[in-house]
Amino acid sequence: MDPRPVEPQELDAITRRERRRQLRAALGGLAEILIALVIGLGVGALVMRGAGYNWRLAYEGLLIGSFGDQWAIADTLASATPLILTGLVFGLSARAGYFNIGAQGQMVVGALAAVAVGAHLSAPPVVAVTLAFLASALAGAIWALPPAFLKATRGVHEVISTIMFNWIAHYTALYLVFNVLNDPRSAERTVRVLPGARLGALIPGADMTAAIFVAVGVAVFMYWLLWHSPWGYEMRIAGLNPSALRYAGANPLWSVNLTFILAGLAAGLAGATQIIGRPPTYALYGDLSNVRNLGFDGIAVALIGRNHPLGIILAAIFIGAMGAGARMMQIMAGVPLDMVRIVHGTVIIALAAPEAWTLLGKFLGRARARRAPAPPAPAKTVHR
Amino acid sequence: MLISSLILGALHAMVPLTITATGEILSERAGVVNIGLEGILLISAFAAVVGAEAGGPLAGLMVGLLTGALLGLIHGIIAVYFRGDQTVSGVGLNILALGVVAIGIVDRWGAAGFHRVERAFRVPPLSTPLGPMSPMVIVTILLAALTWYLLQHTNLGLKIQACGENPAAADAAGVRVERVRLFGAVYAGALTGIAGAYLSIDWLATITENLPAGRGFIALATVVFSRLNPWLAVLGGLIFGFFDSLGLVASTSQALTRVIPYQFIQMMPYVVTLLVVAGVIGRFRAPAASGQPYRRE
Repeated sequence: MDPRPVEPQELDAITRRERRRQLRAALGGLAEILIALVIGLGVGALVMRGAGYNWRLAYEGLLIGSFGDQWAIADTLASATPLILTGLVFGLSARAGYFNIGAQGQMVVGALAAVAVGAHLSAPPVVAVTLAFLASALAGAIWALPPAFLKATRGVHEVISTIMFNWIAHYTALYLVFNVLNDPRSAERTVRVLPGARLGALIPGADMTAAIFVAVGVAVFMYWLLWHSPWGYEMRIAGLNPSALRYAGANPLWSVNLTFILAGLAAGLAGATQIIGRPPTYALYGDLSNVRNLGFDGIAVALIGRNHPLGIILAAIFIGAMGAGARMMQIMAGVPLDMVRIVHGTVIIALAAPEAWTLLGKFLGRARARRAPAPPAPAKTVHR
Repeated sequence: MLISSLILGALHAMVPLTITATGEILSERAGVVNIGLEGILLISAFAAVVGAEAGGPLAGLMVGLLTGALLGLIHGIIAVYFRGDQTVSGVGLNILALGVVAIGIVDRWGAAGFHRVERAFRVPPLSTPLGPMSPMVIVTILLAALTWYLLQHTNLGLKIQACGENPAAADAAGVRVERVRLFGAVYAGALTGIAGAYLSIDWLATITENLPAGRGFIALATVVFSRLNPWLAVLGGLIFGFFDSLGLVASTSQALTRVIPYQFIQMMPYVVTLLVVAGVIGRFRAPAASGQPYRRE
């Protein structure tokens, strides 16, 4: 121990140095994300070239379709809305140390609950919308419970259990859509929710509704929870070092359940945004196409957003823009919509290996050193 | 008639699960976990159809194997040399596969979402007393035997297990940990590639945007069930495969679908997987260093 008291100026210098270190780490993280995005778009361009499409025209279409005018921007934000929520599902769980890829199933169940409540409960608009949101959040949370329970009591890995529950939700939804919630007037979708339970378009002619405020609100709540509440503190500790949490006397069963329940609430809400918060259908399609893949895209969103609520909002807008712009890309360059998935996948693979860049830098540095005349080697013993 | 079709169905449904699980068993023993098996199955299923239509079923199987090995190599390099996050890389593979195959089907055959593989390009079945059976059933057993022998009775197998349990000690003993682990990742990729080819140019005789339908993840559950023993992966594949084929058989029987809606019959393999994994997992212990990158001190 140093007996000398630390001078205030010294403390200042230490704080400043620490701040600078944090800033540098944040900038480095941002650079990694940007490099990954460039690699993803580059591989996408290569694939399109290989398949004989005009990739410049495709990316131009993607840009026009997502940010070209106010309607395009509104469509981008509408596509981002469910992705913010499904991104939070993965991001929150990852912060607590769980690889929860169950957003898809929990969201489907949430969408079913929104249809069931929204179509059958006549109430004043504000009440109906609130109840529909609550019902779907609850449904999502309930669907998330068995994997949490299996994890805590039987040690079942959440990747396996959540994927199985996604498939069970998928087939349950197919059954309910055709047999219980079906609309006698239309074979291809469920009954539509009553007008009182619908959120209207904020800009006439575009898809964006007040649902985006719900999504952003949940993101802000998750931020508060993780960094400004004792429960969030416990969750983050659990993610960084599970045994430390146990030594501190916390109950791991409670920690798993809390994380999965909160994540499930967000997933359920994501389902509701597609039913009561997205004109013009206000129903679930028979092929589940209006909730298709949104849960899996949330994984991409969370990874690109580095599992941080603010990062998740930005990443959701990026992925949402690719979803909204893909139609214009298809019209202008004839490229299939699924093209954007190649970009997502490549971005994630590139993000998986942050050390690749340091290694590459070292390799290039060594190559440069080899070309330059070698400096006289200092005499020293090498310990291995 | 029903009995023999159920037995054959279970054997045929076992093949992709057991082959994929067998490869992943070796990889996890060496310390590399790949949850991108679903994506590798999908891409290699697609590549195999392209290969088979160009050069026959054997070429299709080879193309599937090589495609899988290549994807396993990418995952292995990220996991071993870049010390990346193995789970993230696996998820990336799964998403990438959805895009590649959706575009590939449109690009190759002009129709979106679906392409049927003609009989001439399929692996020809053997005739058995039960009915026509795919030769890949026998290949599956041989691959499980080979992997078991490799792990239990060869020098390489010893090195593989050392890399998964205690890479630092293996390194100190002169084992080249990175190479062994990369071999594991490529082996898992190659076997998954064969399984993918089997899906498209043999068993299901079609390629769709989501052909494996979760079988990559059921294979992961089979790995857990097997406790990293290839012979138990055969048993696990048979159990999961039985319910998979029961679903396929039952959903075509009108008498049954009137009582139980077909959606619930099709749900069965996933429910059974959950129950089995929840039942056996308590006694399972993964190799100590599995899934973690190795960094030399």
